[in-house]
Amino acid sequence: MMSGEEQTPSHGLDVSVLGDMKERSLAEETIAMDIKDVDLFYGDKQALFNVNMVIPEKRVTAFIGPSGCGKSTLLRCFNRMNDLVDSCRVEGKIMLGDQNIYSKGVNVADLRRNVGMVFQKPNPFPKSVYENVAYGLRLQGINNKSTLDDVVEWALKGAALWDEVKDRLEDSAFGLSGGQQQRLVIARAIAVQPEVLLLDEPASALDPISTLKIEELIYELKSTYTIAIVTHNMQQAARVSDYTAFMYLGELIEFDSTNQLFTNPKQKKTEDYITGRYG
Amino acid sequence: MEREDISEHISQQFNLEMEDLRNKVLTMGGIVEKNIADAITSVIEGDSDLAEKVSSEDLKVNAMEVAIDEECARVLARRQPAAGDLRVITMIIKTITDLERIGDEAEKIARMGITLNDAKRDSLRGHFVELRHLAESVRRMLRDALDAFARMDVKTACTCIEYDDTVDEEYEAIMRQLITHMMEDPRNIRRTLDVIWCTRSLERIGDHSKNVCEYIIYMVSGKDIRHLSLDEIEFGEKGEQKVS
Repeated sequence: MMSGEEQTPSHGLDVSVLGDMKERSLAEETIAMDIKDVDLFYGDKQALFNVNMVIPEKRVTAFIGPSGCGKSTLLRCFNRMNDLVDSCRVEGKIMLGDQNIYSKGVNVADLRRNVGMVFQKPNPFPKSVYENVAYGLRLQGINNKSTLDDVVEWALKGAALWDEVKDRLEDSAFGLSGGQQQRLVIARAIAVQPEVLLLDEPASALDPISTLKIEELIYELKSTYTIAIVTHNMQQAARVSDYTAFMYLGELIEFDSTNQLFTNPKQKKTEDYITGRYG
Repeated sequence: MEREDISEHISQQFNLEMEDLRNKVLTMGGIVEKNIADAITSVIEGDSDLAEKVSSEDLKVNAMEVAIDEECARVLARRQPAAGDLRVITMIIKTITDLERIGDEAEKIARMGITLNDAKRDSLRGHFVELRHLAESVRRMLRDALDAFARMDVKTACTCIEYDDTVDEEYEAIMRQLITHMMEDPRNIRRTLDVIWCTRSLERIGDHSKNVCEYIIYMVSGKDIRHLSLDEIEFGEKGEQKVS
């Protein structure tokens, strides 16, 4: 089977008229993260097997695969969230820019500010809407009221939440709906201006309309941030992502542009999974 | 994408829907093929009743196109098919357009059968042998295309595409003869033109059958070979499985 780049034959046609319709290939992307030979062990049990891939900058990369395939585990490697699990051991390199995030001397707090994460269930702090967003900045020692006001407004606008909460910034974050809470958490993550945003099933606990709002938000955020998203919902991956990685039993089976992967996957396993033949 | 893949979804209902769609396309193709045969017989034997029948049968073909289109839209909306399934559905939508056009061409031929049905048609009898032969050739193309569709068979589809060149040659040969016939006696021109329309319709049927084969190759292998010459086409693993 030919690879993605070779697959667009010229057909002897004049494609100049197509302009932007021509699909960008992975080789043309700037790389935000480069994952090299990553193995991960929980105690004796190996959970990731020799994962090699790149996360292109300012694009949405989706991870799909059945439960337990290692997609969340891999995502957690990207900001060393797995460090919190005692028995967990990671081998290989994950390059963010030109630094291996697993090398000694990396400040994990800085790393996590650079690589923000949003989880499945919205987890706002038991504070006001305003303080939730300002929290990361206060941690950095920024307490200037006008600076904080600006950033809170900017982040809430960025998370498409400002219009809904601008009159209730001092209310408790728990008073917001689930979808609003999730966007609040995203606002909190982008307030510290990370390079990469990791979203671990950000919409799976939300109703369809809130889900669409989150997806729309992801689309807007990718002009500024590199986004990696884990989702159980294949249609969601197809809708929001530029690139998709299919994982199975801890292995990366296929990684390609989303258009290619959802119309003509190269691997039989991928095809079986995305067409509902898996199992 | 292989023949058996259609029936291996976790959802049995989805299997049934896909199978049903395929069967409807084949039924539609069957009616169209019969119409070509009847249309050409009506021309050659001057049977205007048969020509009328082709016209009424074509209404069924049109109805099937609309119905299959609707069902494809329903499957797209409800199942959001991906990969091979997606290719099957999108290619079915294109295939039935070509089948419907083939039906229209058959109807045009049948109409000539009515026009030509008078005493003076004898002067054309000499050309009917070639016309029947061309009709047999394009029917064979359509039959092969439908077979290839039913079996998801890239090899048959390729052979069928190749065969279109032979059909084009036959078409050119008949055209030369008919032009000569007109030059011999200008009084022949009007009815010879009618035969030319038939010949042209048959040649178009060949082109539409070729299109269907191109869709089949995309459906099975994911490779779009439109506007490529046969020499430029190389088949990868998925295609080769069928070529063996």
